[in-house]
Amino acid sequence: MEFLTVHSPILIVAIPLLAAFIAPLISRIGNKFRDTVNVALLGFVTLLIAILAIDVYTNGTRIYTLGAAVPEMAIPENYMVPIRIMFQVDGISMFMGLTTTVVMLAALVYSLNFLKGQTGQDRFYSLLMLLYVGMIGLEFTGDMFNLFVFLEILSIAGAGLAAYRTNLADAVEGGFKYIVISAVSALLVLFAIGILYGQYNLLSIAALAQNMQFNTLDMIALAMLAIAFVMKLAGVPLHMWAPDTYAVAPAGITPMIYTSSAASMYALYRVTFTLYGGHFDTTAIGWIVIILGVLSMFIGVMMAIHQTDIKRLMAYHAISQSGYMLLGVGVGLAVLNDPAALANYGRDAMNGGIFHIINNALYKGMLFLTAEAIFFRIGTRDLNKMGGLGHNMKWTTIFFIIGALAISGIPPFNGFASKLLIYESVFRFNPLLSVIAMFVSLVTLASFTKVFYSAFTGPEMPAYKEVREVPRSMLIGMGIMVACIIFFSIFPGLVVDTIVAPATDALIDQAGYINGVMGAAP
Amino acid sequence: MSVVTYGYAVWSPIIWLVVLLVIAAIALYVRSRGQKRYKKGTAQTDVFISGIKVPPTEQRHVPAHNIYWGFFEALKGFYSAMMRPHTGILNDYMLWLVAVMAITVLVLIIVI
Repeated sequence: MEFLTVHSPILIVAIPLLAAFIAPLISRIGNKFRDTVNVALLGFVTLLIAILAIDVYTNGTRIYTLGAAVPEMAIPENYMVPIRIMFQVDGISMFMGLTTTVVMLAALVYSLNFLKGQTGQDRFYSLLMLLYVGMIGLEFTGDMFNLFVFLEILSIAGAGLAAYRTNLADAVEGGFKYIVISAVSALLVLFAIGILYGQYNLLSIAALAQNMQFNTLDMIALAMLAIAFVMKLAGVPLHMWAPDTYAVAPAGITPMIYTSSAASMYALYRVTFTLYGGHFDTTAIGWIVIILGVLSMFIGVMMAIHQTDIKRLMAYHAISQSGYMLLGVGVGLAVLNDPAALANYGRDAMNGGIFHIINNALYKGMLFLTAEAIFFRIGTRDLNKMGGLGHNMKWTTIFFIIGALAISGIPPFNGFASKLLIYESVFRFNPLLSVIAMFVSLVTLASFTKVFYSAFTGPEMPAYKEVREVPRSMLIGMGIMVACIIFFSIFPGLVVDTIVAPATDALIDQAGYINGVMGAAP
Repeated sequence: MSVVTYGYAVWSPIIWLVVLLVIAAIALYVRSRGQKRYKKGTAQTDVFISGIKVPPTEQRHVPAHNIYWGFFEALKGFYSAMMRPHTGILNDYMLWLVAVMAITVLVLIIVI
């Protein structure tokens, strides 16, 4: 057990990486064998995530240095700074790791039946595992260059998966747009890393944070990093690629690409809080994040309610929900240097924003799966052509209702718990922001009422008389997410205290992150 | 475990669920006191639109683009302004990126 605990950070990355490369080989034995191996390996990775989570929440940050005699030894003997590739898993990294793994598990199980009879399954699973590797690596890494490397891995895998259905012209276009915006974002990140490396000769996030001078070049690097990650997380006005890509990606992949946007949001938080936090006045960058959050919330939802393509509608809602996360954490960032405001409402606002990340990954991911279940059965995403599907797709309808109520912030669902945290704490910072957030929730409810009415209610359409419920593995995939939504809805206090508050504290505690690595410096 | 406390507010889903169950019980009781002579599969369950001939199933369902028609009509100006930047052209997306980054750099250099 001790071995697994110590080596879990690298095993969590290495096992899916191995699975990605052996998928085409074991596909030659049989698809069923490949699927069994994939599910078994991911099950083992989930166990490792659980072991690592217990360790991190009990003993604090876990450091894993590759090539070191003792993995916890971040700085080699006779050196002043860390030079090796290193994972540094603290509360926020673990929180993101848990979120990513739950979505990945549901996406993999959902895809098993969805892909039956389609060509290129071995490549699909290879790319899916690589996407997971990219996300987990980005969330666990302790140095800037590997953050770039994992960002590239998730971008390339994501683009390949978005364009998986090459028989559809818009799928190829969606994949192309995704790879272009990802490549440009990654280049900006690399340029910013170059600026920092040129000045400080360092790549470790902790070492850079300790030596940061906050000069003009550092500000240019901060702007490049922040805007690159805002582009990747589809914040308004850099969101326009997202509906084009989310709408065409196959089932199981849309939730994963969406969760990869949450990973980019994590990178934005890591840069603004850990790399540039501390002695730097974060009010300006906090307000930039808040403005981007409010724009994303409002424009996202207003565009969503106007759509008649079910997946584009949901894609715009994904943008809108990202706004809540930016708003909550942005308020925390704006008051980071004001201890009284941070204690009064800043920490709660951050708790709300971070809690909303996992809530949204669950219900938004599930709603994308229900949309794809409809497409799987009737072959269209056009809401104008739908109607009466609730007669024959009862489970999908129930799952949709749960997801729609949760995303609209209707009590007692988990979306309400995180939104209430945001409303109440943001109100104390600026009441207008809170009012906008509540209005956006109202329009979200109106938008999902439109989808529910158009797709599921009404008389049974003659064209869809033969439509049946989706296969069991797809229902299990959605069921995993629904089970998590219900658990999070009934026990929000447990979730906030156990995984959300440690994530918030890890972001606020920049000194703790630096000391975790540099504390051992001679 | 189920209660979230904020320092100035409390949220407990359990209390909400108990209230919901009580309301559901009252609703079921009222329903049980209702008309019992209702017969399924008879003329009682046929669609009735003030005597007008009932259109076929496909025409009875309001399509998505007609829902909230008044809302979109009232906000026509807003939506036409919103649609303009959503060109679907990648070059335009990149221009937005350059513009937002330039503004962010300026703000950070001037303010800090």
